Amino acid sequence: MLLIDCPYCGKRPEVEFHCGGEAHIARPETPTAVGDADWGSFLYYRTNPKGVQAERWLHGHGCGRWFNALRDTVSDAFVATYEMGKPRPDRDAATASTPSNA
Amino acid sequence: MSQPFRRPSGGRIDRSRPLAVTFNGKRLEGFAGDTVASMLIASGQHLAGRSFKYHRPRGILSHGSDEPSALLSVDWRADRGPGYRDPNNRASVVEARDGLVVNTQNHWPSLETDIGAVNDLLSPVFVAGFYYKTFMWPRKFWDRVYEPVIRKAAGLGEAPDVKDADRYSNRHAHCDVLVVGAGPAGLAAALAASADGTKRVILADEGSEPGGALLNDTTATIDGRPAKEWVAGAVATLDARENVVILPRTTAFGYYNHNHVCMVERISDHRADAPEGLARERLWQVRAGEVVLATGSHERPLVFENNDRPGIMLAESVRAYLNRWAVLPGNELVVVTSSASAYRTALDAKAAGMRVSIVDIRLEADCGPEFAAAKDAGITVRSGHTVIRALGKKRVTGLVVSPIGRDGTIGEKTTLACDCVAMSGGWTPSVHLFSQSRGKLRFDVELDAFVPGTSAQAERSAGACRGVYDLTEVIADGAKAGGGELAPEATASFTGFQPVRVLPTDADASKVKAFVDFQNDVTAKDIRLAVREGFESIEHVKRYTTTGMATDQGKTSNMNALGLVAGILDRPLPAVGTTTFRPPYTPVSFGALIGPARDELFDPVRKTPIDPWAEANGAVFEPVALWRRAKYFPRVGEDMHAAVARETRAVRTHVGIFDASTLGKIEVIGPDAAEFMNRIYTNAWTKLKTGGCRYGLMLREDGFVYDDGVVARLAEDRFHVTTTTGGAPRVMRHMEDYLQTEWPDLDVFLTSITEQWAVIALQGPNARKVLDPFVTDIDLTEAAFPHMTVKTGYVCGVPCRLFRVSFTGELGFEVNVPADYGEAVWKTLYEEGQKHGITPYGTEAMHVLRAEVGYVVVGQETDGTVTPDDLGLSGLVSKVKPDFVGKRSLTRPDMIAAGRRQLVGLLTKTPDEVLDEGAQVVDDPAQPIPMKMIGHVTSSYASSNCGRSIAMAMIDAGRERIGETVFVTTPAGFTEAVISNAVFYDVKGETADA
Repeated sequence: MLLIDCPYCGKRPEVEFHCGGEAHIARPETPTAVGDADWGSFLYYRTNPKGVQAERWLHGHGCGRWFNALRDTVSDAFVATYEMGKPRPDRDAATASTPSNA
Repeated sequence: MSQPFRRPSGGRIDRSRPLAVTFNGKRLEGFAGDTVASMLIASGQHLAGRSFKYHRPRGILSHGSDEPSALLSVDWRADRGPGYRDPNNRASVVEARDGLVVNTQNHWPSLETDIGAVNDLLSPVFVAGFYYKTFMWPRKFWDRVYEPVIRKAAGLGEAPDVKDADRYSNRHAHCDVLVVGAGPAGLAAALAASADGTKRVILADEGSEPGGALLNDTTATIDGRPAKEWVAGAVATLDARENVVILPRTTAFGYYNHNHVCMVERISDHRADAPEGLARERLWQVRAGEVVLATGSHERPLVFENNDRPGIMLAESVRAYLNRWAVLPGNELVVVTSSASAYRTALDAKAAGMRVSIVDIRLEADCGPEFAAAKDAGITVRSGHTVIRALGKKRVTGLVVSPIGRDGTIGEKTTLACDCVAMSGGWTPSVHLFSQSRGKLRFDVELDAFVPGTSAQAERSAGACRGVYDLTEVIADGAKAGGGELAPEATASFTGFQPVRVLPTDADASKVKAFVDFQNDVTAKDIRLAVREGFESIEHVKRYTTTGMATDQGKTSNMNALGLVAGILDRPLPAVGTTTFRPPYTPVSFGALIGPARDELFDPVRKTPIDPWAEANGAVFEPVALWRRAKYFPRVGEDMHAAVARETRAVRTHVGIFDASTLGKIEVIGPDAAEFMNRIYTNAWTKLKTGGCRYGLMLREDGFVYDDGVVARLAEDRFHVTTTTGGAPRVMRHMEDYLQTEWPDLDVFLTSITEQWAVIALQGPNARKVLDPFVTDIDLTEAAFPHMTVKTGYVCGVPCRLFRVSFTGELGFEVNVPADYGEAVWKTLYEEGQKHGITPYGTEAMHVLRAEVGYVVVGQETDGTVTPDDLGLSGLVSKVKPDFVGKRSLTRPDMIAAGRRQLVGLLTKTPDEVLDEGAQVVDDPAQPIPMKMIGHVTSSYASSNCGRSIAMAMIDAGRERIGETVFVTTPAGFTEAVISNAVFYDVKGETADA
């Protein structure tokens, strides 16, 4: 079970959260001005990277607030969590310590 | 049974506390500290079960949780009645105590005489993939004939047939360092990690006491003292530290994300004096800052003909029984080995008075100091020898051995008489938990083993589980993993082995049974066959032969199976790969996993305030989302059909009363509430006056219908929103999402009020009459209180939000009162209603009534691909609002394309035929298969008010096809139906729309 650091509450287990998919996809200010192809991209196209991705999380069984997180999709390590509206932190490498057995 | 094989002294048993267990109905004696396995050996009995497939006699192979053969059914509390028995307990880890009742498994009529053993003779038939190849046809024989027979003949223990009567508990724990395994490495790691008193350390071990392999050792010294004194000292030091928790009998079985480790602690099984009500097991969910894995290693069996005969054991296990439990596994021991460590067993057995000889696969030149040590002790060593086969049936009686020539030829055979064999094919690090943590394994050729490579989490492995075997190094390695340093001087261990997959033999390899996986009866022959048939991936070989798939998960067998496959394919072992290790490490009871969450706590039932009345009045209930709702209220002799017909008629002729408390309710409050509602719903809200209600439709951003419900404007800045029963949580989440992430500038608060208000619906021509006597401050007349309005006031003296709304088409009110008053108000209204023919109705009648007047249910008519226009509800979609969630998507090309599936009615040609909901609709039933489906039935009922069946359906371009005949699938074929408008009943009198 993931341990997620809610920016408002601190570290809580995954069962308290709900993932809302990729972050930083702003809803267009004037949707009617957006063409069909671009609107289709906004609705359905996501990057699905192998590595660090910014995604939205809701602390539903907690403070009830949405926030953003950087998660490594390979290791499931959370690199950072940050409040809605803040820019994506400039961190791409997992910072969680991974000691070696060598 | 007495204890003829008990040594006169020694062992970690308490001879002052004798005890007895019941084994297959007989009395088995021992002492505190024994396991059932050590008691069996003390009594001279090795036969402890019959094998899975061939019903071969099986003995005790090991002394730990890796035991594949000696599986017992154990009744832990026979004196307390049924419900305390479980199967497949490993005799080697069942701690003995008075009152245990244990039985061997998989035999009939008895362990000694087992009819099923005929399978052993028929074994040429039962080759790998036998079931797949044999029981293919006729298809219908599988369920009735093949599977029941196979399940009876093959298998392990019998599942319990009564509910588990025990109690289980659980707890969460946090620590800085979790150490798994309390052998020398684990103890050293815990000592080092806990030296800093601010660090919380948990040390867990599956055994009954800390010490690991040192508990089997009577000769090793550490810093000049016997190893057991070092263990006692380490445990005393840890015990004295406030920051350390030591958990014996606690198996870490699962290593999950972010250092979440699940462990099960056995609390009471070993206690004869356990008070009733004491939990049997406790599930620990530990979140650790760092994890040190000191899980040790498993000894490999050797693969030769009849290597499964009782009396043939792993070498270290023979040593453990000799030293820890002070029992002799026999009088005449042959140690067969390709590993140096087995020489310790030989030396200890010799010292214990057994007659001992050694057969070593290795040449003398390849041996280490252990060879001279054995010679010095006067033990005969046959190096460069192989075992051709074991003799005996229910107990080994001898080994046929022979020298191996330089070219691999088999020399002259000799028979060594014996009643016990100690075998060792080397060691396999226990990397299960490391692998579960998603760490990457690395193959070490020197060690002939997979060892931890790159870590994926904050974790380290120490000691034998990463291939460090020498005692001095093991302790130093553990201390280092714990963040400290120790440099003890310990007795040098005999380490090193020469990997052998199958012992050389001149016997016909296609005929002999040399077991690789003991628990699932997989032989070397089976694995060869699988590879020959083209199964080259180890994952495929595993599934085809079932090697490594039993309850022991191949702890003893995996490396031999892998090596054998690699050898046949002539590939290096890492190229064959290893199978995936998955939780649990050892079997875990369901009881421990669910803890108290069983029976009524398994999935708590959510009940409305009016539920007690419904129950007292004979309601039949159904689950709706998490709720329990009254489905109908049958009178004596009525079935559902009759009850629903009566309830629906009563609503249209008199009045019905319905518990609508489960409706989701959200209060939207704030200066920007109306603007927020404008953006979230398709409807326009700005012009809705205070006191007005409107049916609201909510879309997802993709334009498809998400939820619906009546919304009331209680004040300029306050809306009372209702949602579908099942939709309440997701609608709340949907609203919060937009409010927090897209429109944080809006000054709005959302509050769930579902649980705060009980909702009593009064529906039917007499509804006003029922309500009238109890309302003093609200004018109920049509002129003052028209349809789709809301008023606040008092009902029965209770604060009330009174809605004039209808989900039946009839005159209707929905009485919202604080939940605590719900039942009282309901009872008062019901009593008054007796004068007016009031009838309680349930969800089934509610569904029929709404379908009669063509109202949709989101989630029944819709499936996430339905637009407002598909439902004929485009009138609810504002044309003038610049934006709302889903608006832009409604003009995407496919959303406005012709031919979309539309909501229509379906009337069967035979009026009383009720279609199946979900049934497919076609134009021509004679067309070739696959047919073109043009739609499906979404709702279907017998309607007594309409005097016939009615159905709603989504049909391609349905609204253009009204009046046309289509065909609907039924269990018997097709039936004819005519497409109609989706409104079936004309409400007479004062209707909802009046």
